Amino acid sequence: MSALLSIEGLGIGFGGLRAVDDVSFSVRAGEILSVIGPNGAGKTTLFNMISGVYRPDAGRVTLDGQDVTAMEPHLLARRGLSRTFQNLQIFQSMSVLDNAIAGYHLRESGSVLADLLALPASRRRARDAEAGARALLARVGLERAAEREAGNLSYGALKRLEIARALALDPKVLLLDEPAAGCNAVETEEIDHLIAEVAASGVAILLVEHDMKLVMRISNHIVVLDHGEKIAEGDPATVSRNPAVIAAYLGTEEAPHADG
Amino acid sequence: MMKLTPKSATLIVLVALIALSPLLFPSNFYYRVGALIFVNAIAVTGIVILTGYAGQVSLGHAGFAGIGAYACALAPVHLGVPPALAVVLGAVLSGVLAYLVGRPILRLHGYYLGVATLGFGILVTMVLTNERALTGGPDGIEVPDLGLRGLLGDLGLSLSNGQFWYFFSGLCMLIGAWIALNLYDSPTGRALRALHGSEVAARTVGIDVARLKLRAFVISAVYASVSGSLLALQNRFVTPDVAGFMHSIEMVTMAVLGGVGSVLGAIFGAAILTLLPQVLTVFAEYEQMVLGLVMILVMIFLREGLLPSILKKLRGKDE
Repeated sequence: MSALLSIEGLGIGFGGLRAVDDVSFSVRAGEILSVIGPNGAGKTTLFNMISGVYRPDAGRVTLDGQDVTAMEPHLLARRGLSRTFQNLQIFQSMSVLDNAIAGYHLRESGSVLADLLALPASRRRARDAEAGARALLARVGLERAAEREAGNLSYGALKRLEIARALALDPKVLLLDEPAAGCNAVETEEIDHLIAEVAASGVAILLVEHDMKLVMRISNHIVVLDHGEKIAEGDPATVSRNPAVIAAYLGTEEAPHADG
Repeated sequence: MMKLTPKSATLIVLVALIALSPLLFPSNFYYRVGALIFVNAIAVTGIVILTGYAGQVSLGHAGFAGIGAYACALAPVHLGVPPALAVVLGAVLSGVLAYLVGRPILRLHGYYLGVATLGFGILVTMVLTNERALTGGPDGIEVPDLGLRGLLGDLGLSLSNGQFWYFFSGLCMLIGAWIALNLYDSPTGRALRALHGSEVAARTVGIDVARLKLRAFVISAVYASVSGSLLALQNRFVTPDVAGFMHSIEMVTMAVLGGVGSVLGAIFGAAILTLLPQVLTVFAEYEQMVLGLVMILVMIFLREGLLPSILKKLRGKDE
């Protein structure tokens, strides 16, 4: 099967520093690809470029056969790319349910006039989105918190809420930025199952995660970044034996960097 | 028992207040004060949509009130349209202008957006002040009669001028509140609240942030315009002050004081800031000072605004 998402030679610099440089890889439908690397390796920056938050200054992003480099996030969402954030981006003062419904925006939005006058068409759209959102909340174990204000939830719960919101878009490609951060062992396992389940349904998943056990368990393919460059890639077993990877993680002075 | 939705609860409270307040009026003068409250509340409801829902700040919305007001003064004379249609004309003009002005400036954030809208308001005031031949300049201009009161009189429902404007403005405010409350729970309203919460997350769920902000700006401009029209029609006279900076600030202050996130709260804020000066005329010299003090205290101790803070306290005691 051909790649759903592929990036070629992607790079971005911030004031002379190459945060990400010449990174290439591709993800197929149903595949889980993890991007790992030490803190500051450029993983989140890479995600921000793929999802249109940052504009790369080199390289190309291809989604489902079309060039989507530097396309605005809301247009990428329309094409089936959805993501979560490392530092939570929750609609804090909205209810948990409303947060999840927001993920249905593309399917529930219609005429503004109908919304202003509460016409039946508008209410029907909102009702359908609500039913879908409630089902998704149940899937991530948040159905009982539906009416609570999102800002009052625990960090782990908010992580799951972000996943629910991202799934609401019914994405082809899902970018998960540290979904298990701040979660306890039980929650991590739940997220593990959830990710595997979503991948099994044919979604291409791109994962950034620090929990190495989780990464090794569920990834089909791993890309290792260090100082913005790809230093290794392969299946979990290969990558975990790679000397460059071990050096990057343990800090062996194998290749000294100017601004390490 | 069926549970009351916040929307119906708000509307019931407003209907009750409009209907029952006159029983407490010591004199007919208070119909006039009530009508002023309602007219202000309409503009403030628009601010709730723009600032409370979508999180965007405008310091120039009185500009749109000015357009609505002068449409009622000028369109009947120069275009021969009835005043009621002039209200609609003003609203459409304000909406189109908000669209054209909003497109470039809504890319700006926070203070910058505030300053840009401020500039717009000043521009409208200047045009109204300087185009003497058309607008009468700083001295203002007369506004024709709406004609609805006479019509009602012919139908056997005779009201005093004060009573008519009280109930008519009250009805308009109700419709405005109903629309704003519809919006809150609708897909568009949810998208507005989402972009207020996190713009980057809103974009990643597919919300076209620039377009949604523009919609909120246009809708709130129409509210301000209708408010300005009603003010002009009830005063039968209008000066460029209606578009002035102070009026813009007043709208935002009323909304923030009462609670910018809630329609009822903002209307409450409009009521207080319209009433206080009437009450405080007794201590005319201290009026501005007391007003300022009230605002400072509210912002320090009740940051969400008067009404939401009070409701929260009451609810906290129940539990």
